[in-house]
Amino acid sequence: MTPGSYVVEVIVENKPLARDPEGETIHQNLILKGGYKQVTGVRAGKLLRMNVEANSPEDARAIVRKLSDDLRIYNPAAHTIQIRIVG
Amino acid sequence: MVKVALIQYPGSNCDLDALEILRDVVKARTDLVWHRDLAHDDYDAYVLPGGFSYGDYLRAGAIAATSPSLKIVKEAADGGKPVLGICNGFQILVEAGLLPGAVLRNSTLRFACTWTRLRVETTRTPFTNKAEKGQLLEIPIAHNEGRYYLDKERIPDLERNRQIVFRYVNEMKEATEDANPNGSIDNIAGVCNQKGNVMGLMPHPERASLAALSPDNQTDGRLIFDSMMRTMHRPGV
Repeated sequence: MTPGSYVVEVIVENKPLARDPEGETIHQNLILKGGYKQVTGVRAGKLLRMNVEANSPEDARAIVRKLSDDLRIYNPAAHTIQIRIVG
Repeated sequence: MVKVALIQYPGSNCDLDALEILRDVVKARTDLVWHRDLAHDDYDAYVLPGGFSYGDYLRAGAIAATSPSLKIVKEAADGGKPVLGICNGFQILVEAGLLPGAVLRNSTLRFACTWTRLRVETTRTPFTNKAEKGQLLEIPIAHNEGRYYLDKERIPDLERNRQIVFRYVNEMKEATEDANPNGSIDNIAGVCNQKGNVMGLMPHPERASLAALSPDNQTDGRLIFDSMMRTMHRPGV
C-alpha cells in the first residue's frame, strides 16, 4: 500500500423510493424521445470528486466515508451515497 | 422583556422582512444576529429566516447547518425554547437534524412562487397555539427545494406524534395533489420536533402578516408570530 494522493468520488442520489423528477425528465423527454428504448431508467445525482492524502486506497475511502457521515455530505433521510476510488 | 434572535446566514435574504414583522408588527424585541456572533443562548426564541444560505451549495441548508450558531440553537431547543425555521431556515433545521426528514427539489423542477392554502394540523406548537385545529391560512411560498420527504413508513409515526403542523390544501381544506405545489409527501408544508417547540415550514408567514401585502388584505401569517409571542410571555404553554 502506497501513501499518496488518491482521487475519491462520492455519488449522492435520492433513495430508490424518493422520486427523482430530474432523472425521470431526462429519461422521458430526452432519452426515450431520442429513440433509446433500451434505457429503462435514469437517476440524476450529484458527484463530488475529492483529492485525498492517505496511506492507502482503503484509508482514503475510510476518510471520505467518515467525512460524508460527519458533515452530512448526504441526508440519510432521503439519499444514498456510493464512494469509489478512481485514481 | 422577552427577546428574539433572528439569525443571519451568508445568503439569507428574508431576514429584514421577518425583522420588520417581529419588531414593528408583533412588537417583539428582536436582534438581527450574524450567525458567527451567536455565542450564548441569551434569547427567548430563535428564528432562522429564508434565503439561499451558502448559495444552496451541496444542498439547501446543508452548509449553514454546520454553523456554530446551530449548537446554540440546539441548546435552546433542548431547553424547550421556541425555534422557528422559515423556508431556508426550515431546510437548515432539517439538515442540522433538529427536524426529521429532508427537503428535496420540487417535483415540478420549477421554482414555485405562489400563494398556498395551509391547514393547521396541530395547535400544540408555540407557533400555532393561537390557531384552531383545521384552520385555513393563506401564506405564500417561494422555493425551488421545498418537497418535504420522509420515508413513507415513518409518516404514521410523525402523524401519531403530532409532528405534522401544516398541510397544503385546497379551498375545501382537502389535501389533494392539485393543492400540493412541490410534491411534498402527504402534502406536508411544515413539521415540528417531538417536543413541539422546534418548527419549520416552507411557506413565508412574514410575507402574509401585513394586509397591504396580501391579495385579500388578510394577515394569516401573523398568527404564527402572535402565537410565538404568547408562548414567550407564558413559558411552558
